[in-house]
Amino acid sequence: MIRLLFIFVSIVCFNASSFANDFERVVPPQALRSGLTFISEDLRSLARSDDLNPAFLWVIQGEALWKKTESAEHPSCSSCHGESNQSMRGVSTRYPQLDKQSGQLINLEGRINECRTRHQKLPELALESDEMLGITAYVGMASRGLPMNAHIDASNIEHFRRGRELYYTRMGQINLACTHCHEQNWGRKLQGETISQGHINAYPAYRLEWQRMGSLHRRLRACLSGVRAYMFPLGSSELLDLELFLAWRSTDPKIIVESPGVRR
Amino acid sequence: MAARIITPTNIKSNEPFEVRILIQHAMETGYRLDLMGTLIAKNVIKNLTVTYLDAVVFKASLGTGIAANPSLQFWMRAPQNGLLKLSWEDDLGVMGQAEKLLEVK
Repeated sequence: MIRLLFIFVSIVCFNASSFANDFERVVPPQALRSGLTFISEDLRSLARSDDLNPAFLWVIQGEALWKKTESAEHPSCSSCHGESNQSMRGVSTRYPQLDKQSGQLINLEGRINECRTRHQKLPELALESDEMLGITAYVGMASRGLPMNAHIDASNIEHFRRGRELYYTRMGQINLACTHCHEQNWGRKLQGETISQGHINAYPAYRLEWQRMGSLHRRLRACLSGVRAYMFPLGSSELLDLELFLAWRSTDPKIIVESPGVRR
Repeated sequence: MAARIITPTNIKSNEPFEVRILIQHAMETGYRLDLMGTLIAKNVIKNLTVTYLDAVVFKASLGTGIAANPSLQFWMRAPQNGLLKLSWEDDLGVMGQAEKLLEVK
């Protein structure tokens, strides 16, 4: 009985409730590093060059979509927001956010779709479509070089707590939580890869494994698939809560927005 | 399908310069299986041609060994201003094109 209790205690001892407060960090702030520092020099040079970075194939589509006017009733993004590198500067660093009208937590993709249906009177863009990836990359690019900037306050603390809970909950047949790789074993090898700290500053990013651009939610699903857990749907409330927690976790002067980034 | 043609900003008449091409294409190898276990048909960029002032300056035929969104680069010389035209065709017969105006000093 005592042995059973001991096993039980050792299983639950590392979950969200074992922290003194909601804002306790496992990785100390001085050790925080962007995922860019974990990839090879070849890949870094690809990420540095706007000419060679394959993500720019999506950015140019996003730019075209930003400027495209369907008709007078369906204005383009630029007819309200103007030049994205001015009006959208810093925007992607603040997401996910609560939508004032609906009270829902939404990320950048959600905001773009909301703007399309509410103001542009256009159909929503499908998540993971070339158009959606293109426009999020184009908007995200306006914040390049700025640090991530998530604000947690009384309005979104519940989402944050749920995201934090997910982050420290063991999942899937492999029975791992995010923390086991990305906080307790970052810098070590997982097969041929170096485990990163799991910051979200490069997304949407071009990933060599996918051979295309992908969103953060796709990346999170790839991790869920890796531990053989239930893969929460793209844009689901679970992934949004987790995204909010991750955004807070990546909020540090050293973690600057790289989108559209390049990753393994 | 999007494509980018990247050239230097200052091109001098008859001086060699490097042209980079990036094409968005899945470059399906023909060896992969889908979730049901059926083979996904090969679909790569079969032919690719770059012309400048209606003269062919670069030609390539790609195969299964080339990664998605291929990046190609070559050197050329340009005597005067003109349109650099890129066109390609894949195994499914889908054609794509892109062009860029070269300004020669």
